[in-house]
Amino acid sequence: MQYVALVYYQERLIEAMSEREWHDLNQECLGCVERLTEQGHFITGRALQPMESATSVRRRDGEVLVSDGPFAETKEQLAGFYLLEARDLNEALRLAGGIPPARLGTIEVRPVRDLPPKDETGDPS
Amino acid sequence: MQVQVSIESLYRQHAPRVLATLIRRLGSFDAAEEALHDAFAEAVSRWPGEGVPDAPVAWLIRVGHRRGIDQIRRRQTARQHAHLLVPDESEADEARDIADDPLRLLFTCCHPALPMSDRLALTLREMAGLTTEQVASALLQRPTALAQRIVRAKRRLRAAGIPYEVPDAAELPARLPGVLGVIYLIFNEGYSCSDGERVVDAPLADEALRLGEALADLLPRGEVFGLLALMRLHHARREARQDARGELVPLEEQDRRRWDAGQIRAGLAWLERALALTPTDPYTLQASIAAVHAQAPSAEATDWRRIVRLYGALQQQRPSPVIELNRAVAVAMHDSPEAGLALLEALADHHQLVDYHLFHAARADLHRRAGHREAARHAYERALALAMQEPERRFLARRLAALDAAGPVSAASGPSGSAAPGRGSPA
Repeated sequence: MQYVALVYYQERLIEAMSEREWHDLNQECLGCVERLTEQGHFITGRALQPMESATSVRRRDGEVLVSDGPFAETKEQLAGFYLLEARDLNEALRLAGGIPPARLGTIEVRPVRDLPPKDETGDPS
Repeated sequence: MQVQVSIESLYRQHAPRVLATLIRRLGSFDAAEEALHDAFAEAVSRWPGEGVPDAPVAWLIRVGHRRGIDQIRRRQTARQHAHLLVPDESEADEARDIADDPLRLLFTCCHPALPMSDRLALTLREMAGLTTEQVASALLQRPTALAQRIVRAKRRLRAAGIPYEVPDAAELPARLPGVLGVIYLIFNEGYSCSDGERVVDAPLADEALRLGEALADLLPRGEVFGLLALMRLHHARREARQDARGELVPLEEQDRRRWDAGQIRAGLAWLERALALTPTDPYTLQASIAAVHAQAPSAEATDWRRIVRLYGALQQQRPSPVIELNRAVAVAMHDSPEAGLALLEALADHHQLVDYHLFHAARADLHRRAGHREAARHAYERALALAMQEPERRFLARRLAALDAAGPVSAASGPSGSAAPGRGSPA
């Protein structure tokens, strides 16, 4: 099964880090990706720029509405994601528990959902 | 008629075990449940004529598996892919798997990815084969809410990819408390089954004990021993919990000669092992309380001070209004009914207790002992309106009637009046 591990933490914890701590955390994350790749669990994943760089887009009645900031205020902010291949939830949870920011914030693990097959005829647009 | 009764009791006794194996073999809770019902339907039609087979569980697994595969094959013809579901293990492996299946089911239903309330609901429903009403009562929830919860929990098991397995050694400790909580609830359900005529449903309590002991083999930890001690010590009282007419007898009025000495010995032995490893574990503390009762010659001669202390420690480990309720009752026994009532009144608005019949029964009892007849009547009526189980209802009705028969309340009985004659606070 494929699982997405969404990495959340309070950005102010990161802001409070020294250069050295921030460097070490990034190195640790690189090591984690390397390990997951070697084991065949890592499909893809990226770290994200801080929340202040987020932009939200909505379309209502054909009109595109753009606003600054995230869609919802949360206690912890989305900081990155992994797409993982795991046998089942137990394995996914074990892998997610090894993602370094797990000790700073929360890793939300969600199975991916396959979209249904495309209709044979008819184009929705 | 004989065979009919025997199929019902076999269902209650064996359905979870058959289901546990069918889930593994068919790879789905829903397919397994359907196959289970098919298997029992076939049993209902065949056994009255052919007789009950020598190994009914194996028969039910065989039939259920066959029917389940037929069902899946029928559905899969419409799909592109088909999985082969016939186990290709050796007979010895399969026998070991079948023996492990109830634990597999238990750990799956108790998976931490499920909310605790879902784990309890799902396990009681799937693992113990209880009705939704019984599960709802055991969990102090409404039946409709509980039914939805079970559907959601099963969907979540499937969608999240929760595996059907016993966790490995590294994972076991974290997974244990949820499982113990569930086993204890199964045990309690066996003790006071809702809605029914019976006070005691021994097979269910036995099932909980069996699960607990299997778990103790798998994972010899203090928490498991503590739970087993608690269950054995409660189990020891089961014969004394009802009189010859099947009426409920409260702990303090039980004929202690009817307590099962063998169960008490077994309970104390488990407790000793638990105390050596996890003395402050909630189950160990509760077992310690049960052990005080088990070793006291009478309610009066019980070390209530120690029980109050143990409930206090328990409240610290696992704060709960029900534990505070029990502590209040112990305080009433040790100190005075008024002291207990003061603690109970502070709990009266708690949402978990507002509709909990035992809370109102306890209040009624303390008011009765304190001589507050009107308040006692009020609380008994409230408890009676909430109690589901017939013996409990009859017990409450008797107490209510006795209250009326007692004649007018003497003007002398006030807050300073002594506890009810014949018992109450020990010297």
